[in-house]
Amino acid sequence: MTAFLAILVRDVKLGFRQGGGAGAAIAFILSVLVLLPLALGPDQNLLQRLAPGLMWLSLLLAVLLTADRLFQQDYEDGTLDGLVGIALPLELVCLAKALAHFFTVGLPLAIAAPLLGILVNINAALIPLLMAAMVLGALALSMLAAIGGAVTAGLRRGGLLVALLILPLYVPVLVFGQSVTATEQGRASSLLVLLALALIAVAVQPIASAAALRAYLR
Amino acid sequence: MQVLANPHRFFSIANRVMPLLWVLTAMTFLVALYFAFFNSPADYQQGETVRIMYVHVPSATLALGIYLLMALASVMAIVFRHPLADMAAKAAAPLGAAFCFLALVTGALWGKPMWGTWWVWDARLTSMFVLMLLYLGYMAVWKAFDDPSRAAVLARVVALVGVINVPIVKFSVDWWNTLHQPASIIKASGPAIHSTILWPLGLMFLAFALLFLSTHLLGLKNLVREQRLRAARMKAVHAK
Repeated sequence: MTAFLAILVRDVKLGFRQGGGAGAAIAFILSVLVLLPLALGPDQNLLQRLAPGLMWLSLLLAVLLTADRLFQQDYEDGTLDGLVGIALPLELVCLAKALAHFFTVGLPLAIAAPLLGILVNINAALIPLLMAAMVLGALALSMLAAIGGAVTAGLRRGGLLVALLILPLYVPVLVFGQSVTATEQGRASSLLVLLALALIAVAVQPIASAAALRAYLR
Repeated sequence: MQVLANPHRFFSIANRVMPLLWVLTAMTFLVALYFAFFNSPADYQQGETVRIMYVHVPSATLALGIYLLMALASVMAIVFRHPLADMAAKAAAPLGAAFCFLALVTGALWGKPMWGTWWVWDARLTSMFVLMLLYLGYMAVWKAFDDPSRAAVLARVVALVGVINVPIVKFSVDWWNTLHQPASIIKASGPAIHSTILWPLGLMFLAFALLFLSTHLLGLKNLVREQRLRAARMKAVHAK
């Protein structure tokens, strides 16, 4: 447990201190938000209808940009080889690193994005709901990013491949995420399904990532 | 299964089966196409466009089935370490993607006269589209790595994570579609298919399955040859 926490704390610290952490992610969302009204036109009603969907897509973009670095640095400087030798199974190392990604990128975005939605005239009543849905969605997405990141850990330019691998897996999260704010009925059940998807991702990710990383560590 | 692990034996069996398989495929196609084009009625509502279904339905079913086969082969590779299992999955992927593409294109060609649009974000269409992306991702993994043994392990992971995802996508997209107003209703399937249409469809399905088997075997043979070529080259380099 201490080893697990140590890796988690180390990666969260690295995330925040290396300039790729919460601040950068929120700044990224802000810049996307500035560009959106320019691309779509400044019509307030249109923006209000699109706002939750735009938030889900910005979350995806931010995670995609950080996914290929999740394991790459540790693989290249040999940290990963060191982490295999410790008492912790590789699966739990992967879980710790994915959780650290969630704490540094997904969680800050899930909390900040609905609030920043005010910039695109989001319906204020939806903000808490969207926030809850996005926290669950971001957890699932961080896990998917860890799978993609593990598969491409040794690739110089793995970014595009990660996108191709993660996008199909993101579909269910996106479908249920948008239905949380889209309709009155089935709101609670959509949130529950999102929770289920996040839990499935948490269960599958360590096994899949560790299996992928072992291909590099032999 | 273990009999095929020896490449010599694999080739001797494959070479014996191949010609038979090609002849069978060609004959089934001839008969099936005759039924599909000349000896089956046009639908009273859809007219002649119903014949698109004879290509569309087998391709769509195969596209799904081949993904399952790929996942099964990946499990075989992990559990039994069968040397052909990874290659079987690798050879199946482009074929599955091709059938998926064929299903999407024929669907669009049918959709234009029937629904009035090439594409709608209907549940089935969307999940087929996602399946296509899964195939492309799997193929991209094989392409991305120089070392085939490393690519094989990573491709297994991608195939198996994808196969968990397929039913989830299917159900989530169905559910998403029922929430929104469905743009149109697919009514091609159902128990009410008359035997004059069902027979040609069955024959076409058989023909497509045979086509897949023969092309898959061909692809598998090529991959085994490629591997031996690579091994021979490595040996030559090290001998210097």
